[in-house]
Amino acid sequence: MKPWRANIWRWLAAAVLLAIVSLSLAANWLAPAGYAKQYREAADAPPSHQHWLGTDEIGRDRFARVLYGTRISLLLAPAAALISTLMAALIGGLAGYLGGAWQRAAMAVTDLFLSLPWLFLLITVRAVMPLNVSPLFSVTVTFLLLGLLGWTSAARVLCASASSLRNSDFVRQARASGIRGVRLFWIHVLPNLKPVLFAQFWISVPAFILAEANLGILGLGVAEPMPSWGSLLKELEGLMSVGEEPWKFVPLVLLVMVVTSFQLLLSKQDEVAA
Amino acid sequence: MSALGGRIARHALALLATVLLGGLLAAALVRLAPGFDTDEQELDPLLNSASIQSLRQARAEQSNIFRYYFSSLQRAAHGDLGTSISLGQPVSTLLRQRAPLTLRLVGLGLLLSWAFAMGFALCAAWLRISAFDALTTLISGTFLCLPAAVLALFAVLWRIPEALAIALIVFPRVYRYAHNLLDKAYGQAYIVTARAKGLSELRILFCHTIPVAAPQLLAVAGISVSIAVGAAIPVEAICGLAGVGQLAWQAALARDLPLLTNITMLVTAVTLLANSGADVIGHMLRGQEA
Repeated sequence: MKPWRANIWRWLAAAVLLAIVSLSLAANWLAPAGYAKQYREAADAPPSHQHWLGTDEIGRDRFARVLYGTRISLLLAPAAALISTLMAALIGGLAGYLGGAWQRAAMAVTDLFLSLPWLFLLITVRAVMPLNVSPLFSVTVTFLLLGLLGWTSAARVLCASASSLRNSDFVRQARASGIRGVRLFWIHVLPNLKPVLFAQFWISVPAFILAEANLGILGLGVAEPMPSWGSLLKELEGLMSVGEEPWKFVPLVLLVMVVTSFQLLLSKQDEVAA
Repeated sequence: MSALGGRIARHALALLATVLLGGLLAAALVRLAPGFDTDEQELDPLLNSASIQSLRQARAEQSNIFRYYFSSLQRAAHGDLGTSISLGQPVSTLLRQRAPLTLRLVGLGLLLSWAFAMGFALCAAWLRISAFDALTTLISGTFLCLPAAVLALFAVLWRIPEALAIALIVFPRVYRYAHNLLDKAYGQAYIVTARAKGLSELRILFCHTIPVAAPQLLAVAGISVSIAVGAAIPVEAICGLAGVGQLAWQAALARDLPLLTNITMLVTAVTLLANSGADVIGHMLRGQEA
């Protein structure tokens, strides 16, 4: 297959992602009234010229909420992925580099976290945090939690990579020339872990977007009135049939488009991560 | 045999240690959560000072997490798993009542998901038609992009059996691995030789491809149990099924320390047992091959 044809799906995915990110970043201009403004005279209204996706049950413009919710989910999921990747690099990378008891201890902790289903762990930890908090705090807590709990599988991969680097010739040579400790790890080991780190980062982003959506639907995500894909999807609970109010599926369509785009873009990164 | 025995013993020890640590982790999380020391029951105007005092005393017993955990383990050894704070029932009764439903749901979901995944993967490996490959990848990719809770919502909306919702959550993960493993096994040189010798495609598939991929497929089976147990939480919570998944969700929301600790230990034990079982069987299979 010609290279351009092999990459056409990837280019398409990148274009879709770029378009959605641009739209969400332009939320201030496209929906200047904001996500919390109520139009009480038009509560639960169908789509119209004023409200392109109608309004929710307390009269807030759904189009504005989708734009701002997209912005929150798309900006904070990478931030959470960054935290989890850094933690994985620190815990997994260092454990693999140090080896011995350190590696065994770090992997035991990783195994403990991995033995619990991801969603169960998230729900348990999120539920023990305060639920009745300010929207900004709830956003921070939700995505911070994703970052702090999502490092385990990445740490395992990084530990294995760092462990193989520990016994490589160039590290032995560096050690023989007197470079040791943090310097050796920072200058010689960590730069060689970069491809795995990047792959793990990009793999975490769609996983965290989906996790936030799950938490939001279960009522443990971002607090009202702040929107996120999770809280917007909670609206689907009230539907009696799919054809009834199809515009309520817009957040789901956007979510699927974004996650699919990430999957397409990551098809090569998966190979690096494995 | 001794290597296998050692492997089983190692797994059993790791399982015990991880389950105990998991329980301690859950207990510590709930204990350290903000607002743990407060109890809404104390606001009840009908309670006298003695009742409030006894409530506080019961709470104080849980204040030292290690003491609480050690005493609860001692009681658990005698079959007493404690009493749920939020539901006021013995935890063992709650788990006994709800476990069969979750077991049935997860078991059926796993069966269906494996049937779909292996069916599609075998067809893709056998037929080797790129259009079929693209179609199955598209189907599994679509389900992979849907949050588990959304699939549970669709199950309610379209009155789909809940086990099917779990199957659709697990299926794409299993399919991806199964497809890759079978594809890799099919690409081996000895398969080309077998084909050149005139063996039928069915014989190649069932006698020379699946046995080679079996140990890795078993490892995926272990992981799929963990995914299915995790999927049971949103499915049971959203579909209103009184199983262990819903109980876990309710316990988390109510910060029910005894219930949450026991469920965490149960879930940890189930997922580790599945993974260890898969590893031991995989080891046996590899031993047979050697």
